Order: sequence, then structure tokens, then C-alpha cells
Amino acid sequence: MRADWTQEVIIEAGRAERHYWRDLWRYRELFRVLAWRDVAVRYKQTVIGAAWAVIRPFLTMVVFTVIFGKLAKLPSEGSAPYAIMVFAGMLPWTFFSGALSDASNSLVGSANLISKVYFPRLIVPVAAVGVALVDFAINLTMLVLLMIWYEFLPGWRIIVLPVFAGIALFASLGPGLWLTALNVKYRDVRYIIPFLVQFGLYVSPVGYSSNVVPEQWRLLYSLNPAVGVIDGFRWCIIGGQQLYLPGIILSACVTAIFFWFGIRQFRKMESSFADVI
Amino acid sequence: MSDIAISLENLSKRFLIGHQDIRRDRTAALRDVIAREARNFARKGADLVHGRQIVQGDEVEEFWALKDVSFNVKQGEIVGIIGRNGAGKSTLLKVLSRITEPTRGRVQLRGRVASLLEVGTGFHPELSGRENIFLNGVILGMSRNEIKRHFDEIVAFAEVEKFIDTPVKRYSSGMYVRLAFAVAAFLESEILIIDEVLAVGDVQFQQKCLGKLGEATRVGGRTVLFVSHNMAAVESLCRQCIWLQHGQIAASGEVSEVIGAYLDVKGSIAQETPLKERSDRSGSGRVRAVSCSINDGMGKHVKKLKSGGDYIFTIGCENLGEPLNDLVASLDFFDEKECCVLLFRSTFTKEKLTLGSTGNISCTVKNLPLANGTYTCSIFLSHADVEILDHVEHAVQLVVEGGDFFGTGSMGLPSHCKVLIAAHWSSDVDTPAFAG
Repeated sequence: MRADWTQEVIIEAGRAERHYWRDLWRYRELFRVLAWRDVAVRYKQTVIGAAWAVIRPFLTMVVFTVIFGKLAKLPSEGSAPYAIMVFAGMLPWTFFSGALSDASNSLVGSANLISKVYFPRLIVPVAAVGVALVDFAINLTMLVLLMIWYEFLPGWRIIVLPVFAGIALFASLGPGLWLTALNVKYRDVRYIIPFLVQFGLYVSPVGYSSNVVPEQWRLLYSLNPAVGVIDGFRWCIIGGQQLYLPGIILSACVTAIFFWFGIRQFRKMESSFADVI
Repeated sequence: MSDIAISLENLSKRFLIGHQDIRRDRTAALRDVIAREARNFARKGADLVHGRQIVQGDEVEEFWALKDVSFNVKQGEIVGIIGRNGAGKSTLLKVLSRITEPTRGRVQLRGRVASLLEVGTGFHPELSGRENIFLNGVILGMSRNEIKRHFDEIVAFAEVEKFIDTPVKRYSSGMYVRLAFAVAAFLESEILIIDEVLAVGDVQFQQKCLGKLGEATRVGGRTVLFVSHNMAAVESLCRQCIWLQHGQIAASGEVSEVIGAYLDVKGSIAQETPLKERSDRSGSGRVRAVSCSINDGMGKHVKKLKSGGDYIFTIGCENLGEPLNDLVASLDFFDEKECCVLLFRSTFTKEKLTLGSTGNISCTVKNLPLANGTYTCSIFLSHADVEILDHVEHAVQLVVEGGDFFGTGSMGLPSHCKVLIAAHWSSDVDTPAFAG
């Protein structure tokens, strides 16, 4: 490792870093440290600490179960209790929305680092998503507890869950990268994100099953990448119905396109971050 | 050729800056305001569409922070970079540290680069000293193992052993700075880029850091680029020096020559430009110092001062705001090496100053304790400690020549110490031995 540090570096306009991806690998330690810092700092000087990561999704689940399940009497999926159906949707959604908003605010939030030290800037939003991943793990344990409470046993499909978690990660990272880069230049983005997340909660099948969406609208509905992810999660955890395959594929494609687009936009704007932040 | 560590060719960096229309305050008519805002909105919209940077203000101007800067630095050299505020020093370091891209030109760096543009970058107040050492170290580009290896040395260097597990938000500012600098002092890199970071911390610690830097270069063959306003530090640490002015190299070469040339020009600014017309000032500008004169207490203006003389410094002020009754004035005297050797401040003697729309502030000094030499004097005006009103660096140049401070004809040792104080000496003669 020592030897290749002593290589030459050439700085030129528009050249950016030719060894960008190699640099990214070299700075992997920074990624870990930044994610660790955010996790370590998050619940400092709070009374109940990490319990906050559990309480918020838990209360949302209770509200959704009461409103959609008990009052509106929407159907659950398969034989699962409504609460588990909701929580199986909440799990990817809290991860997706948390990762998206944290990533989007990440660059502006570390303005002091960006204007004083060099490192591949991509690390900052990716580390923010890493932090959301920790919350995801906490919520996952909570789902397990909930399933024990309801004495609900998931089928073999549960092993596919990491695949959908991966899709959720990329689905949040793609738009997150683009938004965070935009946010550096145009602070308007900061005001759009909370709205986007709130709006997304209702257009994604979090409080209800996507089966309530009329068949002819189903494909269009799947343009929202969160739909595929949430459907996937429910399919893994609850089982019951068939997976709506065209929808999943469409969601995955949209995710891939967004991810590619996000990285491209980020890389394009990256060199001017320090000047405009 | 191969021993060149840093090589710059025609490095240039452009910024876009916005201006507010000068007529802004006067044309308060709604119609004009709407027209102007609409114009600005249209411009921002166009910038947005073209993906350009949005600049606040009514007019946009190009500004070259660096223009065609070229130089080479050999491996193992410590090079000082000097220049006035806004001369492009920090921008140069930012380009070299790859934080910002140059607009034109090319830089070639041989070796691992570590840059220290700020003390304690990324320090998190909630985390403990121990955690921050790791955080900051990794941010500066160290590996975990490197930090672990140097951990005890870092803690010892910072002198914070007892508080290493306390959140740094509870640290005194001195401890904070010491810890932050200690991490940076153990960076292992072939090229080190340092901005004005030594200006913080107490003098003793500054000396320790300078020592550590000098040692690293001698032992490790490290190349250092070093920005400072402290001419004494630059002179003692560097052999080569670069003077930047308006984004261009004004002079470069042997350190004492460059510093000499720089200080000559600095002094002449104070002499040539009347205080009233100086634009290189900071502060709110509500009150401005417009003149400064010195008389010998008998009402006679003097150009040259004498050591041990009695003088009255008179600062003429212009007040654009309301009358003030708790004005604080300060006169700072700097020697040729930019060290502050003497400081008069009205709060030290608890004196109350009031100011109407115009007026003079006088400062009487008896028995001037300055050795022969050339000094520059800064003027600083503030409104209690609420607002800095005006701050002009190098407002006046002073020459102290002749005089008899001690009343013995001795001049002191001006090359060694600039401040004169009469001390009284006595000796205790061991009488029995004499008697015997």
C-alpha cells in the first residue's frame, strides 16, 4: 500500500481524478469512520438513545394498522396479521426514505470537510446510506420480535430478502446522489426532500397492500422503485400471493437507471463542490 | 529533474462573484425592485438550465484568484508563501490539495500529499478525544494502523492524557487546538501543505509545532509548503519563499530577500495611500478611522519618533451611524517581522471613549518603550465587544530613531529585542569574604 502512495498526482482542469475508483477503494477507511461517527453521535445526549430508532416506525405501524386495517378495513396479504403486513412494508420504506433524505443532505452537512480536505466525495452520501442500514438492522430485529409475538413463521422465501434489501439500497442511493449534488448548488432541494418523502409514503404501498391497486394501473404504479422493493419484502416475509413479476422487473430497471444517472450527475458536479458549497 | 516534488505550470483559478447594484439602497421604488428581482430571477433560471453556478447579486463578475502561477519546489525543501489577505494563498493551497479544480494550468505532485488547511477538520464535539484522534486522522488520510502506532505520541504531544475520554466539547479551546494539531503533526507524507494553522494556540505550543515541523523535514526529507503571516516563523523555518500578490507571483527566491521586498511594499502602502482612501480594511465601517497623526505633546507634528519620548497619537474618526459612548480603540505596533510588540487598548486602562458624527481619539504615551527601528501600526475600533467597526492593518508606518530611553545613552539591542523596559539591577556582595 505504501509504495503506490508515492505515485505522481497530476492536477489539471477537467481532468478530475483519473484514478477515481481506485482512490475510492483507498479511502474505504474514511467511509467506515464517517458512518461510525454518524452512528456514534446520533443518540448522544438523548435519554432513551437507540430506542428512537424503534419507537418511530413502531408508532407509525400502530397508526397504520388501526386506520387502514381496523377502520378502513383494507385486506391484508395472505394469512398474515395486518400489523406484520404493515411492518414488512415499513421496514424497506423507513430504510429507503431515511437513506434518501440522509444522503441528500449529507454533502451540505459536511461542508466543512469538503472545503478543507480532499477525498472522493462519493464517500459522504454512501456513508449516510450506511448509517440508514444500521437503523434497518435494528428494525429487522423488531420485525422478528413482532413475528414471534404473532407466532408467525415465514417460509423459505425469507432467504431472498437480502436481494430486495440490495435493491432498496440502490434505489435510495441513485436519487440520493443526484439530489445531494444538486443540493450543493441549489439549496431548493433541501425543501423538496421532506415533501418528497412524505408524498412517497402515500404513493408507495406502505400502509396498504399493493393488491388494492387496480390491475390496469399496476404496471404504471411499479414505476415507483419503492413499490417493487416493498412488494418484494412482503413476498419474502409473508408469502401468500404470487409476486407481480413485471412490476418487480420494472422497479429494478428504474432503480438501475436512477443509480447510473445519479452517479453520472454526481461525478459531473463533483469537481465544483468545494467552490459552491 | 527527478528531485522536483511539486511543479506548477500556469496555474489559474477563476471565481464568479456577484455584486449588489450600488443604486440598490437609493432606488427603493417598488417598480425598480420588481424589475431588478425579475431580472435576477431570469438570470438564475438561465443558470439553472445550463447547469451553471447560481450567483447571488445583481451583477456577476469574473475574478481570477490565481493567474498563471508557475514554480517548482525541490524535494525536501520548506517553502514559505506570503502575501496580503486575498492574494490567493489559500486558493493555491486548495488547488494543490485537490479540494478545488484549477480553471487552467497543470500541477505535478510527486508523493503522498497531506494538507492541513484548518486545525481539527472534522472534529466532532460530541466524541471523545480518543475517538476524534481516529476520526481526524483518517480524514487527513492516515490509516488506522498508523494512528494506532502514533496514538500515545499524539496524546503526549497534545498534553491531554487526562481528558482523552472526555468529549471534546468540554475541552478548553487551547486543549482542542493542541489535540487537533498533534494529530496533524504525525502525518506521514512526502508533501505537507499547511495553511495559517500555527496562528492558533499559545506561543509555547506554536514553538513546539514549528520544532516538530522542522525536524520532520530534516529527518524525513519531506517537502513542505507553508502559508503564514508570521514573518518570523517563515524566516526561521524556510529557506525559499514565494510572495503572492493579486493571484500572481510578485517575487520568489531566498527567504530574507523576498520578505524584505514584501515588507518594503507593505510599508510604502501605509506611506503612499492616505488612511481615508485605504480600502483594505475590515469591520462594519459604521465608524472609520480617516486620519492618524502623531505629535510630541507640545502640539508639534512629528515624523520620526525617539525612544523614550512622550507622544500623542490622534486618530480622526468619521461616524456614519448614531453617536457612540462605548467606543474601544486599539493601536497595535508590529515590528519588521510582523510580530506585535506593543499594544495600546482603551479598555486596558478602562477609559471611556465617546464619538459624535466626527471626532478625534487621542492616545497619550509617555516614555515610548520602542527600540530604534521601523514599525507599522494597526488601528482597531470597536463598539464595546458587540461590533468591530473598523480595522486597518498597517495604517501608519513609524520610524523610531535616536532618543534616550534609559537616560544612559544606551539604545538597548534593537536587533534582538524591540521593547525597552528599565529594570534595576543590584548585586549582593559577600562582605565577609572581602573583609577576610
